[in-house]
Amino acid sequence: MTDEALGLLSDRSVAAAVLLYTLAMLALAGEQAARSSARASTRKEAAEAARRATAERTRMMATAGGPAAPPPPPPAAASAVAQVRSRAGWIGMALTLLGLVLHTVSVVTRGLAVDRVPWGNMYEFSSAAALSAVAIFVVLVARRSVDRGLGAFLLLPVVLTLGLASTVLYTPAGPLVPALNSYWIKIHVAAAVICTGAFLLSGVVAGLYLLRDRFDTRTAAGEPVRFPLSLGASLPPARSLDRAAYAVIAFAFPLWTFAIIAGAIWAEAAWGRYWGWDPKETWSFITWVLYAGYLHARATAGWKGRKAAWVAVAAAVALTINYYVVNIFVVGLHSYA
Amino acid sequence: MTLTAEPALSTAPDPDRPTPVGQRLAPLRRAWRQLTSMRTALLLLFLLALAAVPGAFLPQRGLSPVRVQEYYAEHPTLAPVLDRLSLFDVYAAPWFAAVYLLLFVSLVGCLVPRIRLHARALRTPPPPAPANLTRLAASDRWTTDADPAAALAAARRVLRGWRRTERAPSNGSGAALSAEKGYLRETGNLLFHLSLVALLVGLALGGLFGFHGSALVIEGRGFSSTVALYDDFTPGRRFAPEDLVPFGFTLEEFRATYDDDGRALDFAADVDWTPDAGDPDAARATYELKVNHPLTIDEARLYLIGHGYAPHLRLVDAAGEVAFDQPVPCLPQDVNFLSTCVVKVPDATGEQYAFEGVFTPSTVQDPDTGRVTSVHPQPDIPGLTLVGWTGDLGLGSGDAQSVYRLENRSRLEPVDEGDPRLIEPGGSWELPDGAVLTWVDTPEWVTVQVTQDPGKRVALIASVGMVLGLMLSLFVRRRRVWVRLVPAPDPAGPDGSGGRTVVEVGGLGRTGADSFAAEFAGLVERLREDVPPREPSEPRPTPAPARTGARP
Repeated sequence: MTDEALGLLSDRSVAAAVLLYTLAMLALAGEQAARSSARASTRKEAAEAARRATAERTRMMATAGGPAAPPPPPPAAASAVAQVRSRAGWIGMALTLLGLVLHTVSVVTRGLAVDRVPWGNMYEFSSAAALSAVAIFVVLVARRSVDRGLGAFLLLPVVLTLGLASTVLYTPAGPLVPALNSYWIKIHVAAAVICTGAFLLSGVVAGLYLLRDRFDTRTAAGEPVRFPLSLGASLPPARSLDRAAYAVIAFAFPLWTFAIIAGAIWAEAAWGRYWGWDPKETWSFITWVLYAGYLHARATAGWKGRKAAWVAVAAAVALTINYYVVNIFVVGLHSYA
Repeated sequence: MTLTAEPALSTAPDPDRPTPVGQRLAPLRRAWRQLTSMRTALLLLFLLALAAVPGAFLPQRGLSPVRVQEYYAEHPTLAPVLDRLSLFDVYAAPWFAAVYLLLFVSLVGCLVPRIRLHARALRTPPPPAPANLTRLAASDRWTTDADPAAALAAARRVLRGWRRTERAPSNGSGAALSAEKGYLRETGNLLFHLSLVALLVGLALGGLFGFHGSALVIEGRGFSSTVALYDDFTPGRRFAPEDLVPFGFTLEEFRATYDDDGRALDFAADVDWTPDAGDPDAARATYELKVNHPLTIDEARLYLIGHGYAPHLRLVDAAGEVAFDQPVPCLPQDVNFLSTCVVKVPDATGEQYAFEGVFTPSTVQDPDTGRVTSVHPQPDIPGLTLVGWTGDLGLGSGDAQSVYRLENRSRLEPVDEGDPRLIEPGGSWELPDGAVLTWVDTPEWVTVQVTQDPGKRVALIASVGMVLGLMLSLFVRRRRVWVRLVPAPDPAGPDGSGGRTVVEVGGLGRTGADSFAAEFAGLVERLREDVPPREPSEPRPTPAPARTGARP
């Protein structure tokens, strides 16, 4: 295939991926909605069933210890809803996977078309980072570390990122500016791409934690919950959202540290100093400090939970500022990216 | 400061431990405890992030003094106020230093006792087993035909690589084994934080004993590293001029290649360099200086950081004397290298001349307005548009003037009413008074940056320590396993001599409960293979279900 054909294939596949992600988002949102309404209508029965199931499990564990028997079937009405919701969920996941495949094809063919790493400008970086976010999400769903329903909330920023990348930030396939001509682009930018995707995911999860947490507080106090707080009803428990956000950040933080250090080593070779408080460096530093703060906060009494989640959200906002605001509006040495 | 609190396995100092410090020091001690507390550290951390923000939005002297000047011009009332608050030098500001120094004091205050405690923990054997192992989140219990000694040997095999200690149970019969793993978590935690301190030391060394400077060098000319020859020279507070590596070089040729759209593909400068410019016998060598490809000469590193065109102009005055004959560096103003420069000719017979020039490498002139633009950075159709002035340049006043700006305009008269004149390479412009300005040729110039940073190596080693420490402290899990072997008389045995042993295993993983459950199950599986449960198999309680983020 010629470079032009590959470039075109890349553009087409990313468009198809956006379409699939959008459909996946709708399907997963449908599942969430069904879950939420099922919960509202059969909250009593569900609670009863859950109580019975727990009692059953406890009994079995206390005596035989064999594999727990399936919980008793829920009432008929709830069962129909449950079926629809489960189907919507599976369709959503299948569409996400298909979108991920096409998205990967797009990134790879872009790389082949330009004969270099496919993260040399803002368009390519956006696409690769979005790919990283979706890929990490899929891996975590497969490992059962996060609920697939979160996909609806993750795919929204992913689709927006890709949409913005393919329109405003679009750059036709072309060579790199000489300053980027270094093997460090493979190391420094690849690490930054993976981390950006991971931090996007953790930002979404931490935001959902806050939503669920507020929902729980309101519900416990008997106060009414309105949209968007009512979305909390279909979210996983706050505790598991907290764990998922931590897992992603604990994975990404050392990598982010490495990305900054690799960038410093590259800066030393390119600009004659390893740290110069260039706006991009400064914002990477701010992001780094905030994530370090998150890891400490999560282990500090009075900070764990809500406050720590706010720090994770703030860090994700800093990362976004570092990407869009610093790249587009602030003059600095990273202005080509 | 810690990365993760591990309540049950913590090595953090006990805050309420009485100390023999006198009563009078109590407030000081309280302040110290306050400073080294995690909450203070957290606040300082967030303060550091906040303090770094203004520097990313306001122009900084360290990065671009020119942009600070522009800001002053645009905001004449606000700028001095911001300047008084050091907001144009945020990262050198006293308040910024106060935040990070307090943070580091807090860090060191926290690290020292933790290092001591960790060192002690490393020498201390794992603690004895809790009385009731089956109460632990992960536990198992079975009866085997193997005797306690054989079972103990098996447990030792299974827990190879763990830190172990064996104790006789309090009731005196059987054996008990405590094992612990994951000390590297705290080691990594301490390594990370110590590396942070080392990084600060590296930064300080570079800031105190290093320097950076830049110089503009035109093709065919040379440069030697002496303070006076730098256009811009920023030494560290403790930098001594004799620390300068006395290298020198001649810029032989500069090459830039572009694609058809004017995007740069490559820059390279051939330099002929010597490690000692003062010694004519010193060996010389050539080097292709490129972006991302600096030249290292001892402690000094030489970088290619900019380039442009320097039209060589010659002015022969009305008296026939050569009053000016040299290349004039023009500073690029856009991506297609439309560049501006100023020529000052103070030494002509009679009048002084000055020219403001616009160099365009690929010149296009608008037929209606006469405006010149450049459409490509390559010198395909070079053009030089000049506006001439005569009069008093004001150079006699003794005030320093920028070579790139025309000052004292009120004392200057425009030539030809200020009409711009476009000339081609080799072309010339005969001024009304008979003087002739000729454009001889167009060498290119480069800016090189020279850096000496003696703290660089320390910073690099510290960075490696940081990443390594972080990975250990976030990925290693600290966990304990206990095995207790209690001999049980077997009345049903063949002759009573083949001892029956009750095997009890319990485990505790403070971090990463999910993966510990799996690891524990694996250990138990192997132990059950070595010391199989007596038939018929007894009920085997499953370990507590691992809590995962997924909903059932």
